[in-house]
Amino acid sequence: MITPSQTAGPFFGYALPFAGGGEMAPAGHPDTLTVHGYVHDGAGQPVPDALLEFWQAAPDGSRTGVPGSLRRDPVTSAVIGRDGVGFTGFGRVPTDADGHWVLRTLPPPATAPYLAVCVFARGLQHHLFTRIYLGEPVGDPLLGGLPPHRRATLLAAGDGVGRYRFDVHLQGDEETVFLELS
Amino acid sequence: MTRTGPMPAEGMATDMSTPVQSEIDAEIGALHEAAAKAVAAGAPAEVHPRRDFAPYRSSVLRHPKNPLVALGDPDAVELSGPVFGVTDITELDSDLTRQHPGEPLGERITVTGRVLDRAGRPVRGQLVEIWQANASGRYAHQRDQHPAPLDPNFTGVGRCLTGDDGAYQFTTVKPGAYPWRNHLNAWRPAHIHFSLFGTAFGQRLITQMYFPGDPLFPYDPIFNSVTDERARQRLIAAYGHDLSRPEWSLGYRWDIVLDGPAATWTEAPEEDL
Repeated sequence: MITPSQTAGPFFGYALPFAGGGEMAPAGHPDTLTVHGYVHDGAGQPVPDALLEFWQAAPDGSRTGVPGSLRRDPVTSAVIGRDGVGFTGFGRVPTDADGHWVLRTLPPPATAPYLAVCVFARGLQHHLFTRIYLGEPVGDPLLGGLPPHRRATLLAAGDGVGRYRFDVHLQGDEETVFLELS
Repeated sequence: MTRTGPMPAEGMATDMSTPVQSEIDAEIGALHEAAAKAVAAGAPAEVHPRRDFAPYRSSVLRHPKNPLVALGDPDAVELSGPVFGVTDITELDSDLTRQHPGEPLGERITVTGRVLDRAGRPVRGQLVEIWQANASGRYAHQRDQHPAPLDPNFTGVGRCLTGDDGAYQFTTVKPGAYPWRNHLNAWRPAHIHFSLFGTAFGQRLITQMYFPGDPLFPYDPIFNSVTDERARQRLIAAYGHDLSRPEWSLGYRWDIVLDGPAATWTEAPEEDL
């Protein structure tokens, strides 16, 4: 008796995003990577009211995560940011007015060399899962089963030192590969 | 509070491309009928809304046209997920009526229920987030320009962690219905947005809880994007007189069952759910 999904609508912006949501890497960590991109609709227009969530294994391969992604001040309730010690593995970033998002994180391990992504947006009735691969691992079961033009939608492009670019296309010629998990 | 815009004239003229309710109703009716025929012919009932559901106009350019790719990866990171704890929550987060110096206007309610996985097991210690319009049907969001009053004593955002039995509880006010611009004279039934995590990222869910007996249900393309009548009913909370508190608040009960696989998932027959 599964509960159906419903769209996040246009007004999640004052409820779900939190300060430092895209700062998964501890501040100043030397291995920090920047991953950024745009979300586009089927007409190629930027989507300014999307929300992206990220989940990944820690650099040491751990998948347990730790609490504290939206650590709060118990006096004022304000979000005071991650403690910079634990790697929570979770990030949440709304797109800007121009459909752009930025994430700073640590490299995922070779055993799971990707970021899992969940996309929400006004107009999207049921979230979509995809993956960001930072490099193309050999023998990956998902990538190996895709034709080249579809596989390319899951591969982040190098964009300078320590920086990657990954665009999400909800529809259209460059439509991103979205995943069925169940 | 002063109004932020003019009151629209009754039967306000719009450009020719703006559909009227009867057109939206006909589109919804046709899609529901086709879905019912498919089920009658042996197809499984659809649990989730269709991403491609044209009566909700914003869905048209925001859904993929390729089929989803099955991820048959037993080692997938998506089978684990983020965790949250006491540092992520504060005392007042679950009581939306106590987040400002004064009491918000509106009908005080409590909403409670359990978060379960698809095997019926409670989801323990996980984050539940809600957001909603105030009692007048206005969101505390700049882009909501519905000329209904903001309430300085109500923001409409709540969070809590589920208990060992998967239970969550919020105290809030009943949100108002509000207009939107999907079509002429479009109104959303009153609802509370819910965001839920399971033990696996693949169980993630954002949805909306509705209130029983809302007269706007038949007209709303978002509610009706779930084509199966029984699935739609699972979006509607039950009034619980046992949850109502004398001289204080009315109670609603709404259980949430998450879809998606978890690492510790052991298959149970569908009939056992």
